[in-house]
Amino acid sequence: MSPILVGPLTVAGISTFLALVIAILDKFLNNYGQLKISINGGKKELTVKGGSALLGTLGAEGIFVPSACGGRGSCGACKCKVITDVGPHLPTEMPYMSPRDIEDNIRLACQIKVRKDLAIELPEELFSIKKFKTRVESIKDLTYDIKEILLSIDGQTIEFQAGQYVQLVVPPYGDMTESAQRAYSMSSRPGDTKHVELLVRLVPGGIATTWVHKFLKEGDMVEVVGPFGEFRIHDTPASMICVAGGSGMAPFKSMLNHMHETGAFPEKEIWYFFGARTTKDMFYLDEMAALSASWPRFHFVPALSEPKPEENWKGEVGLITDVLDRYLQGNVDRAKGLEGYLCGSPGMINACINVMKRNGLTEDKIYFDKFA
Amino acid sequence: MNAPNVGLLSLFLASILTSNILLANFLGTCSFISISKDFKSSMGLGIAVTMVIGLCSAICWAVLYFVIKPLGIEYLSFIIFIIVIAGVVQMLEMIIDRFSPSLYMALGIFLPLITVNCAVLGVILFMQIRNYNFVQAVVFGFGSGAGWWLSIMLLASIRTKLDKNNAIPAGLKGTGITLITIGFMAMAFIGFSGMIAVQ
Repeated sequence: MSPILVGPLTVAGISTFLALVIAILDKFLNNYGQLKISINGGKKELTVKGGSALLGTLGAEGIFVPSACGGRGSCGACKCKVITDVGPHLPTEMPYMSPRDIEDNIRLACQIKVRKDLAIELPEELFSIKKFKTRVESIKDLTYDIKEILLSIDGQTIEFQAGQYVQLVVPPYGDMTESAQRAYSMSSRPGDTKHVELLVRLVPGGIATTWVHKFLKEGDMVEVVGPFGEFRIHDTPASMICVAGGSGMAPFKSMLNHMHETGAFPEKEIWYFFGARTTKDMFYLDEMAALSASWPRFHFVPALSEPKPEENWKGEVGLITDVLDRYLQGNVDRAKGLEGYLCGSPGMINACINVMKRNGLTEDKIYFDKFA
Repeated sequence: MNAPNVGLLSLFLASILTSNILLANFLGTCSFISISKDFKSSMGLGIAVTMVIGLCSAICWAVLYFVIKPLGIEYLSFIIFIIVIAGVVQMLEMIIDRFSPSLYMALGIFLPLITVNCAVLGVILFMQIRNYNFVQAVVFGFGSGAGWWLSIMLLASIRTKLDKNNAIPAGLKGTGITLITIGFMAMAFIGFSGMIAVQ
């Protein structure tokens, strides 16, 4: 044999031998056999193959614990309660754990390995969460920076409540080498189980929004995971005070269309305050006007903060918080009580909470999903 | 070449004290400085390093004398040693994970980090140039690991005390005072030199 070949062949041989030993060890050592995962005190029993992370094991069984990073331990979203003792918290979990979490045995599902029978607790609504393969049916420009994306679901149906959100799976593109997930509220009606509609505003430098605005085309295949979220209409006679800005329109479009179509929550009076800067940022005005004309208990109050004289704006003028303040002190009937529903930037949400609290709404009656 | 004529006990003590891998040869200092903040992690890393160095020197001795030397490919020994270290660490991790989850938890992220700890490769290369026989290689390996373990425990104890000391100037806190401390420790270990006539 040529002496030149001896070196490389030996290195290759040793590497192969080690890899082989590791593979065989892995097969024997990492074989925990069939294990049982009992969820919520036995309400659901899974028989799984042990040896991998809890997050992926549950995912393979069709239970999608929310995870924005996909199991790298960098988002802290996949928290769940593990009742079985699986040892102390790992250094990789600690940054996401409050002292209360540690006391309650809250763990990160992506860091816990399934190596014995486990008893865990998950929120019930996670069971209806699925991954949907969808096709982009249409993309419409609502304003210069907001697009309406209509996705049609292939072969499955989605069951959700108006106000919930889905995670849009963004594949690697451009300089991005890893897939990412971002949350968007659904603007489609719960009655339409074959479609998911999202409103996406372009955020400069945003991973998902840039992809949607610059790369996504009609006919593309897109994956969404959902539905998630606690933001929904509460079944009380209290009037709804809804406030939104920009793409915060999405959950309210879903709620309003749902209530209008099905006549759900008939006692509720609905006030919807929608804020924008100029008419360039306004959208769905005609749809909302038509809705309020044919639906006596719905009142739509669009407001511009910086209307230009040539725009001929006839609606309210001022910051949405000021307009809200004026209406809460005057036009809004408080007889049946009030509930606040907010969707928009964290700054807008906080400002609105302050105005609402000043006007007698209690914090436990103000509902919102915070996407930061 | 013949193996050096060294007693096993003196070789063991020499590798811990007179030629301490950390304080006399300055190998493996990166994790020495970064992990020595608290006692518990130092203990975990010390145990792990000792196990890995001991095991790897035994395995690499065999690879050296049964594969590398017969084939005359000494020029590739660095690469082969590193591959073997990586493989051994990986196997060790899997075995500990399976049979002692509590130790695995205690070692945590330190175990895989040892792959790139230069103390491990250093000990193996010393073993090679000093022509140790198999038993000597194993004793030297575990001794060096124990020396590393001893040093990091000493440093961790000093640092826990230093943390409570407010007299340290702000600019020296953390790594600065740690490096100075290591210098003093190294000087103290010079005191052992000559005690045992083993290189």
